[in-house]
Amino acid sequence: MPRTTPAASDLPDVPVVELLVRLASGSLTAVELAEAHLERIAQLDDSLGAFLLVDRDGALRAAQDIDRRRRNGRPVGMLAGLPVALKDVVCTRGLPTTCASRMLERFVPPYDAYVVERLRAADAVVLGKVNMDEFAMGSSTENSAFRPTRNPWNREHSPGGSSGGSAAAVAARFAPLAIGSDTGGSIRQPAAFCGVVGLKPTYGRVSRYGLVAFASSLDQIGPLARDVKSTALLLESIAGHDPRDSTSLDADVPPYSRNCEEPVRGLRIGFARAHFGDGLDGDVESAVRRALDVYRSQGAQLVEIELPHAKYAVAAYYLIAPSEASSNLARFDGVHYGHRAERFENLVDMFAATRGEALGDEVKRRIMLGTYALSAGYYDAYYLKALKVRRLIRQDFDRALERVDAIASPVAPRPAFRLGELVNDPLAMYLEDLYTLSANLAGLPGISIPAGFSSAGLPIGLQLLAPPLEEERLLRVARMHERETDWHERRPEL
Amino acid sequence: MNSPTLIVGLEVHVQLLTESKLFCGCANRFNPDEPNTQTCPVCLGLPGSLPVMNERAFRLALKTGLALNCDISPFTKWDRKQYYYPDLPKGYQISQYDLPFSHDGWLEIDGDGDDGGRRRIGIIRAHLEEDAGKNLHDESGRGGDSRVDLNRAGTPLLEIVSQPDIRSPQEAKRYLEDLKLLLTYLGVSDCNMQEGSLRCDANVNLHVTTDDGKVAATPIVEVKNLNSFRGVEQAVEHEARRQLDEFHRTGRKLGDPGVEKETRGWNADRGVTFAQRGKEEASDYRYFPDPDLAPVTVDEELLETIQDELPEFPAERRARFGTAWGLSNYDAAVIVDQGAVFADYFERVAKTCGDGKQAANWVTQDVLRELNERQLGIADFPIAADLLGRLLAKVVAGELTVKSGREVFAELLARTDRGEDIGGGDIDAIVAEKGLAVVADTGALEVVVERVIANNPNAAEAFRGGKPQAIGKLIGEVMREVKGADAKVVRQMIVERLSR
Ligand SMILES: [Zn+2]
Repeated sequence: MPRTTPAASDLPDVPVVELLVRLASGSLTAVELAEAHLERIAQLDDSLGAFLLVDRDGALRAAQDIDRRRRNGRPVGMLAGLPVALKDVVCTRGLPTTCASRMLERFVPPYDAYVVERLRAADAVVLGKVNMDEFAMGSSTENSAFRPTRNPWNREHSPGGSSGGSAAAVAARFAPLAIGSDTGGSIRQPAAFCGVVGLKPTYGRVSRYGLVAFASSLDQIGPLARDVKSTALLLESIAGHDPRDSTSLDADVPPYSRNCEEPVRGLRIGFARAHFGDGLDGDVESAVRRALDVYRSQGAQLVEIELPHAKYAVAAYYLIAPSEASSNLARFDGVHYGHRAERFENLVDMFAATRGEALGDEVKRRIMLGTYALSAGYYDAYYLKALKVRRLIRQDFDRALERVDAIASPVAPRPAFRLGELVNDPLAMYLEDLYTLSANLAGLPGISIPAGFSSAGLPIGLQLLAPPLEEERLLRVARMHERETDWHERRPEL
Repeated sequence: MNSPTLIVGLEVHVQLLTESKLFCGCANRFNPDEPNTQTCPVCLGLPGSLPVMNERAFRLALKTGLALNCDISPFTKWDRKQYYYPDLPKGYQISQYDLPFSHDGWLEIDGDGDDGGRRRIGIIRAHLEEDAGKNLHDESGRGGDSRVDLNRAGTPLLEIVSQPDIRSPQEAKRYLEDLKLLLTYLGVSDCNMQEGSLRCDANVNLHVTTDDGKVAATPIVEVKNLNSFRGVEQAVEHEARRQLDEFHRTGRKLGDPGVEKETRGWNADRGVTFAQRGKEEASDYRYFPDPDLAPVTVDEELLETIQDELPEFPAERRARFGTAWGLSNYDAAVIVDQGAVFADYFERVAKTCGDGKQAANWVTQDVLRELNERQLGIADFPIAADLLGRLLAKVVAGELTVKSGREVFAELLARTDRGEDIGGGDIDAIVAEKGLAVVADTGALEVVVERVIANNPNAAEAFRGGKPQAIGKLIGEVMREVKGADAKVVRQMIVERLSR
C-alpha cells in the first residue's frame, strides 16, 4: 500500500473551493486527492466505522480517467476529482448496496441510482458506501446490522442517523462530500450532531430512482458537506427532473453554488415559540438564540410565527412512514434476491423465516406498526387521519412562509446522545425527530448548519426551512450565518 | 317448488395490447420460452426502482371503459394491493381500489329466446392493474424447485366486473364471447385465452323459492380460472346443479352464520368444480394509495379524443350489414362475429363486386371453409379481398357462372400453394386457360344446341312428348361442350328450338 506524503495528508482539510482551483490548475491530481482520502480512511475509520465498503480500485480508476481527460484538454464534469461518500441506500451498479441490513448483505444492484449516474457524469470520485441505520430507520446509526458508527467529536456518542455514516465521513475528513437521505431528519440531524452542513431538498427536487425506499412520500436524497458552498455545489449536480421518478419535479436548477454568496435583502426570519419549549437542551437553545442574533445583527427582522399543528407531527409521521415502509419492504421476501432462510417448511414459512432472520428489531417494529395502521378497519382512523394532519401541517407552513423568508429552529432537542443511551427506548428516539420531520411531511427544503458547541464540546446545528423549491434562498440564508461565524471551520481531533 | 333463478356475475381479466408494460419500458409480449428476458429493475421489483405509468395503456383502458358505456372518473389513482406470493416481486400489486378509472356501464347481448331480444348486462367497474409473473412448478413428481418467470409481470391488465345480471350458463358464455368480440374490435386486446390474455372468474349462486313461497339465496361461490368459453358455460351449469343439490341436502343459505363466500376451481376434464383452499383466506390486502405514482386526471378533451377514435362496435356493424348490404341477421352475425378483420375483408369484397349477398355467400362459405381447413386467420388468407372482389364482379356481371367462379377460386389458391404470386391478371388467365368465359355469342351456342338435339333424338322426343325432365340431359351435353355457357340461356334455347 503506498504511503502518502506529508503534504498529501493535509489535503482532506482543504476546503472544496480551493480543491477545485488546484485540480483545475493541474497542481493537484484527482488520483492524489483520492489517495489522500483513501489513506485517511484506512488509517482512521476502524475507530469510527463510517464506511461499510471502500471501493479503492473503482475510485482510483475513476480518478485516473478524470486526470487523463483533463491532461488531454477534454471536458470534465463540475465535480471533477472531488471524492464523495454514498450512503449505502443508493444503488450502485456492481457495488454491494446493503442498506446496512443482513437482508441485502450480498445484494449487488445491476443498475446505478439516478444520483449515482449524475455524480459519475459530474466526475465525482465515489470512495465507497457509508453506514446508516438499517433501511434508514433510526436516528443514531446504531440500527446498522453491521456496526455502529461513532461520532468523530466524541466516540462514545452517536453521529446521529440515519445518515450517520455520511455525516461522520464528512466531519472526519474522509470525504469532502457525501450523499445522504432524509425521511424525517436523517440528513439534518446527523449533520447537526457531527458539525457539518446537511440539506434535505424539496420533495421531488432530487430523483428517488435507485434510492431504496423507506417511506416513498417522505424520502429525499440530499448533500452533506463541510460548508454551504460545497453543499450547494453537490446539490446543483444531483438536482433536476428525472422521468423515471413520477414524483420528480420538472423545475429549473439554479446555479446554487454561485448564487448562495448573495445575501437576502430585507431578510425575515420566522421562529415558533413551540420550538423553544420543554425538553430543549439549554446549550442548544442558547446556540439557536445566538444564531438568531447573528441574523438580527445583519439587519434581519425576526418574526414570531404560529405552527398550530406542529404538535401532531410526530404522531402523523409515525403512522405515515411505517405504513409506507411496511409496504416498501414487502419485497424482501427471499424469493428473487437478498437473504433467504436455509430452513423452512413451506412457502409462507419461507417468507416468515427469511424476514424474521434478516431484518432488525427497529425495522420489524415499523413494519408491524405500518401493517397495523393499514389494516382493514384501522385505515381510516390512522393512515387517512394522518394524511389529513399532514395537509394541515403543510397549510401551517404555507401560511407562515407568506410572512417570512425562512423559519429557524433547533435541529434536535439536544446534542449527540451517547451510544446505547436511547437504543432501548424507541419512543424517546422517535422524539429526537420532533423538529425535523415536519419538513418531510410538508415536502419543504430544510438545511442544518453548524451553530455552536455544547459545554461538552459536541456540535450543535441550526435548522432553516424555506418554501418548496426555494433551496437557493435557503442556501443564501445559511451562507449569511456561515460568513459571520467559524463553527464550520472547527474540526474534530481523531 | 319453482325452478331456481341462477345469479351469475363475471370478473374478466384482459391483458392490453401495448408495446410495453404498464409501469416500465419492457416489451409486453407472450414469451414463455425465454423466461425472465423481458424484465428490468422495475418489473423485477428491485430495491430502488420506481414505476412510471404507460400513457398508452391508460388510453386503451379509457377506450374500453367508453365502449362499455361506463362513467369515466375525472380523477383516478393507483393503489397497492398487498400480499405475498413468489410471482409478485414487490409484495404488492399496483391496482385501483376505491377510485377505478371507470364504473357503471353495460354490455348488450342476445337474450336466451329466439325472438331476437337483447339483454343489458351491467358493468360494475373496470379498472387497470399490473399482471403478476408466472410460477412454474416441477411437474415431474420429483419435487424439484419451483421457478418464477417474470416476463408477464407488469403487463397491463384490465379487470372488468359485471353485475350479477347473468341468468343462464348460455348467457354467461355469450357475455364473454361478446365482450371478447368488442375488445378485439377495439384493438385493445387479442383476448387469446390459451395464452392467458383473457381470463375469467364466475360468481355463482341461486335464488330458490321454497314451498312456503319464500326466496332463499344459496351461498355465493367464486369459480376461478375459467380459461375457455365452454368452460365458463359448463362450470356455471355444474355449479347451479351442485348448489341446488347442496341446498336440498343442507338448507344452508347466504347470510346464515358461518356462511362465507367460497372459492372453487374448475376441472375441465371431469366437468366439475372443486373446493379450493383460498391462498389468502379472509385476506386483508391493506390497500393504500401508491405514493410512487401521481393520481391521474382525465379531462373532457381527452375523452372526446378517445371517443372519436372508437371504431364501429360489433352490434352496430351487424345492423349496418343488414341495411347497407342486404344481409340476413344470420349472415351479418356470422361475418361480424368472426372479428373486425374478417368483417373488413367482407366489406372490401362487397364493395369491389358491388353485391353484398354474393360477397356474403362466398365469404361465409368458401373463404371460411378454406380458413378452417388451412387453420388460418383471415389476415393470412392468400386471396386478397380485392382479388376475390374482382372475381365476384365477373360473376355478378354474368361474365362467369358461380360454378366457374369456384373453379377460378380453387385455381388461385392452388397457385398460391405453389408459391406463386397472384394478381388480377391471374383471373383472366385462368378463365382463358380453362375456357370458362360465359359464351355470350348465341350464334356459336345455337350450332352446338342443334348438334346436341340431332345427336340425342330420344331425349328430344321425350321432352316433346311431355317429359320436361328430359331436357336435363340435353343441357348437360351442351354445357360439356361449351364450358362458359350459362345454363339458363342454354335451357331457354333448347326449349325454344324444341317447341318450334
Ligand atoms: Zn420492466
